[in-house]
Amino acid sequence: MQERAKKHASGGREDEQVDAPAAPSGTSDRIKAELDDILDEIDGVLEENAEEFVKNYVQKGGE
Amino acid sequence: MDPRIYGLETEYGITCTLKGQRRLTPDEVARYLFRSVVQWGRSSNVFLENGGRLYLDVGSHPEFATPECDSIVEACRYEKAGELILNDLVRNAEGRMRDEGIRGTIHLFKNNTDSAGNSYGCHENFLTRRANEPVDYEAQFIPFLVSRQLTSGAGKIVMTGRGPVYCLSQRAEHIWEGVSSATTRSRPIINTRDEPHADADTYRRLHVIVGDSNMADDSNVLKVGTAAIVLRMLEDASFAMRDITLESPIRAIREISLDTTGRRPVRLASGREMSALDIQSFFLDHAEEFAATRGLTEEETRVLDLWRVTLARIQNGGAGLETSLDWAIKQHVINAFAERHSLPLDAPEVLALDLQYHDIDPERGVHNLLRQRGAVTSTIEVGDVVGAKDHAPAGTRAHLRGEFLRNAREAGRDVTVDWVHLKINDQAQRTVACKDPFRSEDDRVDKLIAALRA
Repeated sequence: MQERAKKHASGGREDEQVDAPAAPSGTSDRIKAELDDILDEIDGVLEENAEEFVKNYVQKGGE
Repeated sequence: MDPRIYGLETEYGITCTLKGQRRLTPDEVARYLFRSVVQWGRSSNVFLENGGRLYLDVGSHPEFATPECDSIVEACRYEKAGELILNDLVRNAEGRMRDEGIRGTIHLFKNNTDSAGNSYGCHENFLTRRANEPVDYEAQFIPFLVSRQLTSGAGKIVMTGRGPVYCLSQRAEHIWEGVSSATTRSRPIINTRDEPHADADTYRRLHVIVGDSNMADDSNVLKVGTAAIVLRMLEDASFAMRDITLESPIRAIREISLDTTGRRPVRLASGREMSALDIQSFFLDHAEEFAATRGLTEEETRVLDLWRVTLARIQNGGAGLETSLDWAIKQHVINAFAERHSLPLDAPEVLALDLQYHDIDPERGVHNLLRQRGAVTSTIEVGDVVGAKDHAPAGTRAHLRGEFLRNAREAGRDVTVDWVHLKINDQAQRTVACKDPFRSEDDRVDKLIAALRA
């Protein structure tokens, strides 16, 4: 949720986001690095043709 | 405290794609998925040796129903084992497709919505006493269930008139009634289909169909566990609570879903207003009082502790939820992803992430990936999920069913079972009806198993 607040505050522009995590404690740096690694992995598993993939995900109703 | 039987039924979404293009219709993928099941079970509706039921439901949704469980955590463990069972089918089906020269990847999603506005559910079953009429407490139960998405919603990006919004719940938009017998036409919060699969003079079934399917253990345990605690209070006629009946549950569930802070007020029938956080805190406070004066089980007490911590985190702005609750875990990663790539929430890549969070594949599924990397924690451990794939709960009727099926397989005998009956398909057609779901030992079943092995 902090991420979200940050994004709103910066208008989502990349140059300002670099400044955003300005509280440089060892822990938050580590968490940020871990999140970066995870995001790299997520980039690797996401469907390459996302638009088609999402649009074509149609089921019949269940229950 | 009376023991209770719990059961969860989860429907999965299914697709088979190659580079984003759909390779097979859901019907076709489902047929591949269930071909091995049909081969050994002669049906796409089978009971497993873990006591659960695997079947192809309305609309080609693979569905796993847990066996009868006598604890909250056990029900969540078997619900999770369902993912592993379904994933084995996926692997198997992909192999068969490859052999037939069909390229493509099968995705199974444990979520509740597709891109066209269809919904499929995760249904909760609570065994209750016949004497406890839902009509006596449902008006008070509904505000609890409507606000429960604050702890157990699975999160979803929803398009609104004011642009894309990250919402708490997948199901909120698909619920149209408070209480009814409908399921697909007009989904209610509580479904009145009373199928206790037990002695109906003694028991009834409470069937809650409003909940999201959960990937995270904490969300799942809170979903079932807080409902179980609230049910205890509602079933106790001597325990008084102020009436907080909602003016419109269907409006309230949508309004609450749109606000991840839990602060947005909704209207009660009395004209007063309460937020989702107020409502959840109201029930938590009463549960604390109930625990102090009537007592709760050890397990319910642990759920109560997690509930308290979770609501306090929401009260304090949400820090700590991003490793615990589905909606917050996914929101955290979606926001980080959108920020990294400078994408709006309605970008296809972000919507794909919203979907792929729920992919049950152990490596490719984003929730599972986060879990492996330690970005998801389980405050209450659900136990040996792998073991639950093959072994039935020890303390319920499911144990009898599991033993019967295992012995039949080992002896190569043909049998038929349902939730209540165990039957040997031979000339004598011997059948035992197990009407007490709490009974895990039965001489009649021992004799039936002996006959199988004779």
